[in-house]
Amino acid sequence: MKDATSQPVIEAKGLNLVFQTADGPVQALKDVNLAINQGDFVSFIGPSGCGKTTFLRAIAALEHPTGGTLTVNGMTPDEARRKRAYGYVFQAAGLYPWRTIAGNVRLPLEIMGFSRAEQDERTEAVLDLVELKGFGKKFPWQLSGGMQQRASIARALAFDADILLMDEPFGALDEIVRDRLNEELLKLWARTGKTIGFVTHSIPEAVYLSTRIVVMSPRPGRITDVIDSPLPKERPLDIRDSREFIEIAHRVREGLRAGHHDD
Amino acid sequence: MSRALPVLTVLAGIVVLWYAAAVLMNATWVHDQAERAGTTVTWAEVIPQTMTQDRPLLPPPHQVGAELWQGLFGQAVTSKRSLVYHAYVTFKGTMMGFGLGIVAGVLLAMAIVRFRVMDMSVMPWAIISQTVPIVALAPMILTLSSQLGLEGRDLPKAIIAAYLSFFPVLVSMVKGLRSPDQMQLDLLKTYGAGETATFLKLRLPASMPYFFASLKVAVAASLVGTIVGELPTGAIEGLGARMLIGSQFGEPLIMWAALFAAAILAGLLILVVGFVERAARKRMGVPL
Repeated sequence: MKDATSQPVIEAKGLNLVFQTADGPVQALKDVNLAINQGDFVSFIGPSGCGKTTFLRAIAALEHPTGGTLTVNGMTPDEARRKRAYGYVFQAAGLYPWRTIAGNVRLPLEIMGFSRAEQDERTEAVLDLVELKGFGKKFPWQLSGGMQQRASIARALAFDADILLMDEPFGALDEIVRDRLNEELLKLWARTGKTIGFVTHSIPEAVYLSTRIVVMSPRPGRITDVIDSPLPKERPLDIRDSREFIEIAHRVREGLRAGHHDD
Repeated sequence: MSRALPVLTVLAGIVVLWYAAAVLMNATWVHDQAERAGTTVTWAEVIPQTMTQDRPLLPPPHQVGAELWQGLFGQAVTSKRSLVYHAYVTFKGTMMGFGLGIVAGVLLAMAIVRFRVMDMSVMPWAIISQTVPIVALAPMILTLSSQLGLEGRDLPKAIIAAYLSFFPVLVSMVKGLRSPDQMQLDLLKTYGAGETATFLKLRLPASMPYFFASLKVAVAASLVGTIVGELPTGAIEGLGARMLIGSQFGEPLIMWAALFAAAILAGLLILVVGFVERAARKRMGVPL
């Protein structure tokens, strides 16, 4: 662990982001202030257009803020990317159909110039971590949607970044698969101690996974509530029937509704 | 068998129509002969005579078949009368043009995808190039190359063939290199991948299905280009030259046999390209 406990891993101060579109400027993020600490599991929840994905993309330097400051490990997002600070998981698994599962996991390692031996070693280790041991030689089309998404998580973990950014990674999967992957993701988080930023629009998913829930609202995209979860780190699936869980879910729903009244 | 049946039915239909047309067209000559001799002929006498003429207007299938057989297997393959020899000359030209066309098409597509300026300047000209009739252009290329002191017809023929075959490759490769979606490009960005890595790891492999699909069109276009390159006067080798000789010396059988030899060559080339495509798809993990 780093001695960065005093300094947040991700810090946004007065962050603004305006897109120039054909219909004129669109304020995607307005005055966003947020600090994410080492080892946090932070969910971003809100209706579409609230800027949750934009914020995640700004952290990954895929979008560039037009105002305010944003630091990742104390650096600009661009510098942090060069230091391999984060792995990114998209909504679609986006595996290359012409590569095997192992070949897909190896992709970032090839680009980053790891040695062949280390590529093999790391690929095997992360496939094991997402419980895809023995599937390395399969092609993506031979795997179910849930398994493909696990492979894409393995790909994001392969180069051992401290931060994992996930943009609705389970949004396209059915609920049973989703529950299982949520459970596995928590286990993986506990084992690796990574800092996770997770975009979702499912309230139960956000409450079940997170140590902090960031509620956002649209037009302009902004943070309306930040909830620190009192749930323990160990979370069996049936924790979702507990009183605390229902109370937090209620507060998230209230937050979403309040944001909605504004327009 | 269920797949062969419709094809054979159509083939049988064509053969029947062909015989009917041969009888009608060749009958004119029989009637003329009879008139000159001052006799009259019945249709029962006409029909056999339309099947065996030396210079029929339209040779019936069996005559073309016999001439083709004679041309392919009736003499040493090195003979100037052997269709195998002429087909080989045409094949050589086709392959040179095909190779040249692939190289030109792929390189241009790479430049067009990479540089916006190329997209705006080269692409319209590539499209315009295909509107110029190759029959008009071929003699110019031949004349020009002999002016430049180039021996033989190999290179100009290859250029003419490449002129036709680069275009399908270019269009498909531009589409293929641009096929990766934004998410896939973003993913590579998060790895800090540069232009070269993006090209080699993503754009190039993603374009392969488009590339192989274009090869079948390109190889056929290349064959047509080569034959056109063999047509202008002076050519003595190749299926195109054979066709021209047949037509100029009033030997329709030679012309038709060369035509069918060209069709067989085209079929074989497309078959081979298909095999290569299948092998490549298998290597890239595509379910067959």
